[in-house]
Amino acid sequence: MDADRDKGASPGAPRVDALDKACGRQRYAADETPPGCLLAGVKRAGIPHGRIVRLDTAAARAVPGVVTVLTRADVPGTNRQGIVHKDQPVLCGQRVRHHGDPVALVVAENKDALAAGLAAVEVAFEALPAVFDPEEALSPNAPLVHPDREGGNLLAHGLMEKGDAESALAGCDVVVAGRFATPAQDHVSLEPPNGLARLAPSGRLTMVVSTQAPFRDRFEIAQALGLDPQRIRIRAPYLGGGFGGKDGATVQCLLALAALRLPGRWIKMAWSREETFLAGYKRHAAVMDIRLGARADGTLEAIACAMCFDAGPYAHLSGEIMELGMEHAGGPYRIPHVRIEGSCAYTNNPVGGAFRGFGVVQACFAVERAMDMLARRLGRAPESLRLQNALRPGETSAVGVAAEPGTDVAACLNAALAHPLWTGREAWKQAAPAFTRRGVGLVAVQNAMGYGRGLPDHATAKLELTRQGTFRLYNSVPDMGQGNAAAFVAMAAQALGQPEAAVACVQPDTAACPPAGSSSASRTVYTFGNALLRACRTMAEKLRNRAALALLCDTPDRLVLTPGGVSDPATGRFVPLSVLAGFLIRDDRICIDQFVMPVVENPPDTGREFKLGFPHRYFTYGACLCGVEADELTGRVRLVQCLLTVACGKVFTLAGVEQQLAGAAAQGAGLALFEELALEGGRIRAGDLSTYLIPTSLDLPDIDCLPLPDDEPSGPLGIKGMGEVGIHGPGPAVAQALFDAVGLDAASLPITPEVVLAALEELTP
Amino acid sequence: MNEPMDIAFRLNGRPVELTTDPGRRAIDVLREDFGLTAAKEGCGSGECGACAVLVDGTARLSCLMLAAQLHGRDLTTAEGLGRPDAPHPIQTAFAVHGAVQCGYCTPGMTIAAAELLARDPAPDREAARRALSGNLCRCTGYVKIVDAVLAAGAALRGEES
Repeated sequence: MDADRDKGASPGAPRVDALDKACGRQRYAADETPPGCLLAGVKRAGIPHGRIVRLDTAAARAVPGVVTVLTRADVPGTNRQGIVHKDQPVLCGQRVRHHGDPVALVVAENKDALAAGLAAVEVAFEALPAVFDPEEALSPNAPLVHPDREGGNLLAHGLMEKGDAESALAGCDVVVAGRFATPAQDHVSLEPPNGLARLAPSGRLTMVVSTQAPFRDRFEIAQALGLDPQRIRIRAPYLGGGFGGKDGATVQCLLALAALRLPGRWIKMAWSREETFLAGYKRHAAVMDIRLGARADGTLEAIACAMCFDAGPYAHLSGEIMELGMEHAGGPYRIPHVRIEGSCAYTNNPVGGAFRGFGVVQACFAVERAMDMLARRLGRAPESLRLQNALRPGETSAVGVAAEPGTDVAACLNAALAHPLWTGREAWKQAAPAFTRRGVGLVAVQNAMGYGRGLPDHATAKLELTRQGTFRLYNSVPDMGQGNAAAFVAMAAQALGQPEAAVACVQPDTAACPPAGSSSASRTVYTFGNALLRACRTMAEKLRNRAALALLCDTPDRLVLTPGGVSDPATGRFVPLSVLAGFLIRDDRICIDQFVMPVVENPPDTGREFKLGFPHRYFTYGACLCGVEADELTGRVRLVQCLLTVACGKVFTLAGVEQQLAGAAAQGAGLALFEELALEGGRIRAGDLSTYLIPTSLDLPDIDCLPLPDDEPSGPLGIKGMGEVGIHGPGPAVAQALFDAVGLDAASLPITPEVVLAALEELTP
Repeated sequence: MNEPMDIAFRLNGRPVELTTDPGRRAIDVLREDFGLTAAKEGCGSGECGACAVLVDGTARLSCLMLAAQLHGRDLTTAEGLGRPDAPHPIQTAFAVHGAVQCGYCTPGMTIAAAELLARDPAPDREAARRALSGNLCRCTGYVKIVDAVLAAGAALRGEES
């Protein structure tokens, strides 16, 4: 293994951001502390549901060093934030709906004063009945999270259908049924949410925020606080991780509010790890009931799936997350009859929000587990049942969309089946050390790219030739660690025939960069990359034409951009870019272009209630193999082998693909084996990193990544998005492997040692 | 607030002095008084390792150290290991081997690696994983970080990586 790895280790050019980060020189939002900066903090509810009966800030205001204490009464505008549905208060005035809800904002000169001020805010609640189970929340007598809301606790509901699932199930030779559950998950970005804000005397609000969506943030802040979005400037430096947890307002509206009340002062808010657990968004816990039917020969005939998502008390993107989960609930398989119903309930649990995998993690676990059940019932090997039913290009997906041409999921499965980890699995299992049992699982995965129909997945890219004859690209999509900024530099350098050192990159700044969608949805490099390459083509053409004047060449097409200039191969003459730049005014040195992701042209006649985000046209496919070792004495499970094969278009850099796949798999493995918020009455009991366990270097194997030959003609340099696809496999693959190892048929995650021990005890009564 | 105390120590090879509350956290002294922001606060409770610095050659968590404990010590932050124009071989290896993604854990990881390689110049993957196990990373899955530590060891031993 190691020898293979070393042999293949031709790492290529490092990412342009890597060395600054390795040397500790990269400045994140959390590293910005202007002189005289004030600190802001939030007093949070600490109860799951209640009416505020008293809120007294006098004692807090009297704490030396406290500058101001703000409450709902100080909020101009609607006081409502939210990406699509505006239902989340900036500060709660009458009612709190989960433990992390904000009731007062304290601004102080220093940390000690801030802590003392927060402790001195006096708030009393009248406790209200609360609901913590999404299915209970939908029952007629459940406490209402938003009492005046039409529809009660049912935040969203939808149906995606193809054919006639009920009749088809009735006619199937074999039907399996199961109920599957996946838990809430915290992103644990190493950099917690944070930012800074200052209101200038001109009335312009300037912010530096660790955010995935600076352009959209402006509108969310403006709406909540009654401001003009054009008067808000947001910069998004490199993020210390995001994974969806910084898609949507965290500190933004609170900071902006503080800045409005304290003009001229920089104000900083940095959530602690505990506050991030308490108040940050979470992956939605979900429960899924599946009935899957097939003919005796294994041909899939029908699936009926009901998914129920726990939204917590505010909408965030819950409906859209449910929708994407539903779109993936049939898996990457050919199934003629499909009925997928989704519902999404308000509860008094932590707020559900975007998280890498966006509803698909939940759906994939359920459908892959159902495939295992079906394979067992039919007496088939799990991998052969998947291959038999693997969706091929041109066939319609579970929700009725024709699969695009390209490398398919069968190829991904076959590549895994040909890998030594699979071909050598029996010997590996037999070599299990004493008191351990080994098993191997293999599942198929898919992930849509982009926002989907109805919400233009857009980006605008700006490229400037500097007066010095170098280039500056204006990145409009935050880099939360996935490496898009470096990819953009490399793409532009290649397109312009320049070394990467000649291309500088401005990080997202709403005052300098044209707008683009968020850093999310496996869309970043695809959409912005396409816009950027268009801008590069225009720039190159312009420079050839201008150089033609200087080189006295009447066929500019024969000129080529070479490092530092434009050359004429016919004459050997060369004009430096610095000279060309000197002749151009600034407007002429800038090229701006845009791109919108193509959508499904003939959408199926289903899911009509979803105006935004259904269906999707492009999918990335993959397969995931996991080899586990279960300790017979402790029930502890080690993930010893992990392989991901993927079809994600052309590979721009192998290291970049491996980074995304392995990192996603690590997060999926955490969900499979360790990560559990241990919610009790809406309170997170595992609310720090000593109790909420994410994988360490000792918990993971050397994850192997194998991208297959593929091409997506609509993608920049043939690529497809692939930042999410790697997260789906480990959950169901570990579950399948544990069935292989100890006969445990897990229907929920995480699979803890207690569960494994119980299964082992059944094996050896 | 405690009585201010005079504290003198070596910081990235240079002697420094300051007068401050001895009960302040070392991470705050480094970030606020010296502008050295390589040590990151990921948890504030000694769980994540992002704030690691070398104290007399040992990797320590600066969020759990007090200013008074710096007195007389020799401190190295990631800034002191090397600069982008003159990087330490560990920093080069992290960049070249793709071990850096969001980068927030990276300075702490390089500190843990520096301690390991000083103690064990030729670690195997398992030893590298053990040495890094107090430093959480949420982006990478650790594979390329382990690759980088082994490559840095080879470079420091004068072998081709």
